[in-house]
Amino acid sequence: MKKHWYDYLWIVSLTYLILGFFNILFAWLGLLCFFIPLIISIAKGTKGYCNRYCGRGQLFGLIGGRFGLSRKKDVPKWMKSKWFRYGFLIFFFIMFFQMLWNTYLVFAGTQDLRQAVTLLWTFKLPWRWAYHGSLVSPWTAQFAFGFYSVMLTSTVLGFVTMILFKPRSWCVYCPMGTMTQLICKAKNKN
Amino acid sequence: MDTLRKKRKAFVDQNDCVACGCCVKVCPFSAIRVDRGIMAAVDQEKCVGCGKCARECPASVITIQEVAV
Repeated sequence: MKKHWYDYLWIVSLTYLILGFFNILFAWLGLLCFFIPLIISIAKGTKGYCNRYCGRGQLFGLIGGRFGLSRKKDVPKWMKSKWFRYGFLIFFFIMFFQMLWNTYLVFAGTQDLRQAVTLLWTFKLPWRWAYHGSLVSPWTAQFAFGFYSVMLTSTVLGFVTMILFKPRSWCVYCPMGTMTQLICKAKNKN
Repeated sequence: MDTLRKKRKAFVDQNDCVACGCCVKVCPFSAIRVDRGIMAAVDQEKCVGCGKCARECPASVITIQEVAV
């Protein structure tokens, strides 16, 4: 099958993750993975982002599919159930707003910048090497640490389910996928 | 003589489909598409029942079934 330019977006996703190891401020670029799918679903009423442009999905497809790092088993029934998908979306939302709250606290000066990446919402990994001082205001760095935590956590989760089940199992419960599907359902009701 | 012929076709469980589009990418006949971002839909005319989409589907909601034609 003919390859398109967008079939190589997995390189962008991989680069994004690597850049976060060197300078945390690159994490801001991850907002593109939030806004582009939302804009496509709201404007066009399709899941064009998932279907074509999602670099993370391609990365899982490549590592799990082409490189074979996947058992290629069916995901358990509960994982594709509505309550789990919507529940995970709500959980993700809560964690996202908590991250925004932390950013606000640093912005307001009531909390100091924490130079750490929180993995799986629990484990605080020291990440000092990726922050090079005070060129930007502390809250922008706090948001970057928080946002990178979200991106790394979801990559790790996706990686684990890639190994255990099918390569792109992440797509089944990806909060952005669930959200854009809900938007499409609402938009295309008639 | 039995004149009923059976063909294999892909069927999508549209309740559980997440509309990710993985199936679209692997279909050699462009016989499956994502309908309005909600679910995958098979063009029964084009589908030859090869099962590539079923293997690819991360939610495993595609099955290959025999239908009389």
